[in-house]
Parts: sequence; structure tokens; C-alpha cells
Amino acid sequence: MLDHIRDLYQEVVFDHNRNPRNFRVMEAPSRKIDGFNPLCGDRITLYLKLDGPVIADVSFQGSGCAISTASASLMTEIVRGKTEEEAHHLFELFHRITTGQDEVANFEELGKLAVLAGVRAYPARVKCATLAWHSLEAALNNEGEAVSTE
Amino acid sequence: MSVSVFPKQAPTVGYDVERYRADFPILQQAINGHPLVYLDNAASSQKPKAVIDAISRVYLQDYANVHRGVHTLSQRATDQFEGAREKARRLLNAAKTEEIVFVRGATEAINLVAQSYGRSTLQAGDEILISAMEHHSNIVPWQMLCQQTGAVLKVIPISHQGELLLERYADLLSDRTKLVAVTHMSNALGTINPVEHIIRLAHERGIPVLLDGAQAAPHLVVDVRALDCDFYVLSGHKLYGPSGIGILYGKEALLKAMPPYQGGGDMIRMVSFERTQYNTLPYKFEAGTPAIADAIGLGAAIDYLGTIGLEAIAAHENELLAYATQQARTIPQLKIIGEAAHKGAILSFTLDHIHPHDIGTLLDQVGIAVRAGHHCAMPVMDFYGVPATARASFALYNTLEEVDALINGIKQLIEVFG
Repeated sequence: MLDHIRDLYQEVVFDHNRNPRNFRVMEAPSRKIDGFNPLCGDRITLYLKLDGPVIADVSFQGSGCAISTASASLMTEIVRGKTEEEAHHLFELFHRITTGQDEVANFEELGKLAVLAGVRAYPARVKCATLAWHSLEAALNNEGEAVSTE
Repeated sequence: MSVSVFPKQAPTVGYDVERYRADFPILQQAINGHPLVYLDNAASSQKPKAVIDAISRVYLQDYANVHRGVHTLSQRATDQFEGAREKARRLLNAAKTEEIVFVRGATEAINLVAQSYGRSTLQAGDEILISAMEHHSNIVPWQMLCQQTGAVLKVIPISHQGELLLERYADLLSDRTKLVAVTHMSNALGTINPVEHIIRLAHERGIPVLLDGAQAAPHLVVDVRALDCDFYVLSGHKLYGPSGIGILYGKEALLKAMPPYQGGGDMIRMVSFERTQYNTLPYKFEAGTPAIADAIGLGAAIDYLGTIGLEAIAAHENELLAYATQQARTIPQLKIIGEAAHKGAILSFTLDHIHPHDIGTLLDQVGIAVRAGHHCAMPVMDFYGVPATARASFALYNTLEEVDALINGIKQLIEVFG
């Protein structure tokens, strides 16, 4: 009955929702930013440690739905060790795919993140998937203000 | 659909829910391959064909601007528009149609009272008393007023069951209190407040009371004269009528003394560049061309409710709520938010380890529409320490079978989430 919902809620999503990776407060982060989705109340605090242009460590805290938690968790896995430029490129790619602007391209490049592409079919949930990424963008741009998806 | 293990209560005698369902064309459809189960009525209810036809008829046959033309169509539109006002007066049992102001909805009505009554009477240090279970629309207009006047917002706390702490309310009333504004029925918790008591205590000190009836009006018989409330506000779209139209009831003496809210056409008697004379009630508060067809549609909705009877509707909805509550309590992972002794047909809940947004998306897959979010009542969410809840809210056309579908849907999604 709930079979086709598996496009959105894949096993990887459930896994990262149950056991989010890098879900911790970071001591002495280079950047710290609060993200908020006022529509559903998702909150995230994102921590970054930068080593020159490289994201040496990234972690998060917060509460949210399965999509936003899994997305944040997957994001921390994929951007760690990447340069700021590479992370920015991934943000662009992820944003295009989750908003349906990029139907086919670059799924390979996204790796595990591609499991969230199913969110395209649920416009009301796109912001859940992109909250962590918007927070990352803001943190990299060193925007001290809290981020909102609205 | 699996069979419930709990016996259902006997259906309310004489309440033909299937007949009423047939009056709502939108309900006769499938969503994601399942019959639509619409349980988001507290956000907005669906419209009976009588309302859709009434709006359509205005535009097909009777439409022109109101209160202006001498021609036939203008007269027809005016008669129907004013007829709707009379229907609204009867719905609330107001003394006069002069006390019925058409607005866009409950939100605009509260803003009108805040900016007209509040701004003209409140001073720095005065207090406005609201409750901890208010919708943002009965919080923010008062905060804005406080910023403008230096008045102070005070909040009546609530218990964990979701009931107002009435002793605290009595303590909060003082010589500084200039207005009490509370909800008749909470949209996030379903609590029906003891408004008679609230009004009596305020009136003992000569303090006027505004009741937010957005949720209560579709479920309760409201008699503003018996209640003796000073202002009562409601939205048409929750009352099976169109969106964009609502009602402000105000006691005539108060409305008369209040300055206009907006300036423009229709609210004036005479205009020169030196001076403007304002129109009489209720037109003083109805600047500009109103939502003519929508007001007439709201009138049709009130007529429709009259054919069933609000008492019968309330009895049916209470049966749905009792059954849904009983069934919900059999799910160990489910926590009901809001368990007041006196509740309207709202079941707000959370599930362990499953965010309300996920609940909403998953239930939609089996055709069930619920609200997931903070219900425009973020302070209520903060009080219960949850970011959001899922909310099933019932209306006159919902059935016990739909409650079963909801409960089965919840059980399924718990399984999916593991």
C-alpha cells in the first residue's frame, strides 16, 4: 500500500534518520550556524571546522523530520574533506536535482545523496531536504545570521 | 481496510452522514488511489454544492457592485449581500445587523479591533490579556498594538491537559487590564474554553472581552447575547463557506465609539477635502468594494448548516472524536496533545520517533489529509516541547470508517518506519 513512497523514504533515509552521522556538538568550530524551517519547525545547528579551504570536520544538532535529518546526516558525510568550492558545487547540484531542474545529470557525482532525489515529487518536502544545505552555504559564506528556508 | 477490534458507538440517531457527504462534490474523489479522507477541517473545511452554486449564481445572474447603483443588478447584489449579513446575525444571535461587520476573516477582524478599538483606547502600561493557547492571529496583532501604544501583553497559562488555569486568570485581571482576548476553541488542542466564566470575571471589572471563534463557530451554537461577549470573530472558510470572507461581531456601543479601520469608498457619508463624515454602522468598517459573492456564499453556508442543525453536527463530531480518541489510545507510540475535559473535534498527536511532517506525507499516500506542523501556534508547541504535531480534525461529513482509515494509516506508517 505504501510501496511507491519508497521512492522518497528509501532504506538509506531511514538508516540516517535512526542513526544520524556526525550528530554532535563541535568544540571550537570555525563556523556555527542555525537553520530553521518555519513551515514545519525543523531546526538545525551546523558546525564547521575549516583547515584553510578544506572542510576538516562538520557536524550538526537539531530536530526535524526524517528527510531533513537524513539529508543533514548524508551531507556531513559527503562534504567532509572537500574544499569549500567542491562543497558549493555539490550544493548547486543537490539543489538542482531536488527541485527537479536536473532530471538526469550527475546522479553519479551525488553518490548516496541521490536517494533524496525522490523529494522532487513532493514539492512541500523539498525544503526539508535542502535545509542542511542552505545552512552549509550560509556557513561557508560566513553569514552570521540564522538561516530560514522561507 | 482492517476491521477494528473495538465496538463502534451507535450512530447518532437521524444523522444521515452519507447524505451530507453527497452534498460535498470534492469528497467524491480518490487521492493516490485511495478514497479521500479529509481530516484537515480545522485548517479549512470543504464546501457544499449549495455554497458553490450560490457563488456561481451571483456571477452568472446577479453580480454588480453593492450599495451604489440604482440599476437592477446592483439592487439584486445588494439585497443578497445584506441578506447574508442578516443570516450571520441570526447565526450569532446578535441584536442588530449593524453589529455584523464583513471582514476577510478572523485575522482581519482581530486586527481591526486591535487597531481601531485598541489604538484609540489603550495607553502605555495598560495590559491586554490573552492565553497560552492562542493562534498567532490572536497574538501578533496585540503585540503590534503593544509596540504602538506601550501597552503590555499578559498571558493566561495552561495546564498540561490543555486547559486554562482559571485561578491564574483571575489573578492576572487588574485595573491595568483593558482587554481580554481569548480563543473560544483552540485550533491546536481542541480545548473549548469556559468563556462564560472568563467574560463574567472580566465584566466584573468592566473589561471588554474578544472571543476568537474561528474554530468554535463551525462546531458550537454561538449566542453572542447570551455570552455577553463584546467582540466575536470568525472565518467563513472554516464554516463551509468561501475563503476571504469573515465576520466581526461587536456590541453596537463599542463599534459606534471606535474610529474607522481603513478609509475609502463605502465607509463615508460625505467627503470634501476639508472634512469627511463617516458612514453609519456597519459600513464605517467596510471600506472599498467587499467580497460580494463570497459574503453571499457564506450566507448560503449558514443556510446549509441550518438545514442540518449545529447541535446535530456537534453531536456527530463528538462521537467521531470520542471514537478516534479511544482508538488512538490503543497505539502505544501515539501521544495525544491536548486532553481537556471539554474538547471540540480535534485530535492533535505525535508519534515516537516519527516527525509530524513524515506522518503527513505518509498518510497522504493512502488518501488521508491531516495537518502537520505548528498550527500557527508556536507557543503551544514550545509548551509541550514538540516542534510540531499531526492533527486530525473532523467535520460534519466525516465518518467512523474514516476514523478507522486514519488509525490503520497510522499503524501502517509506524510499521514502515520500523
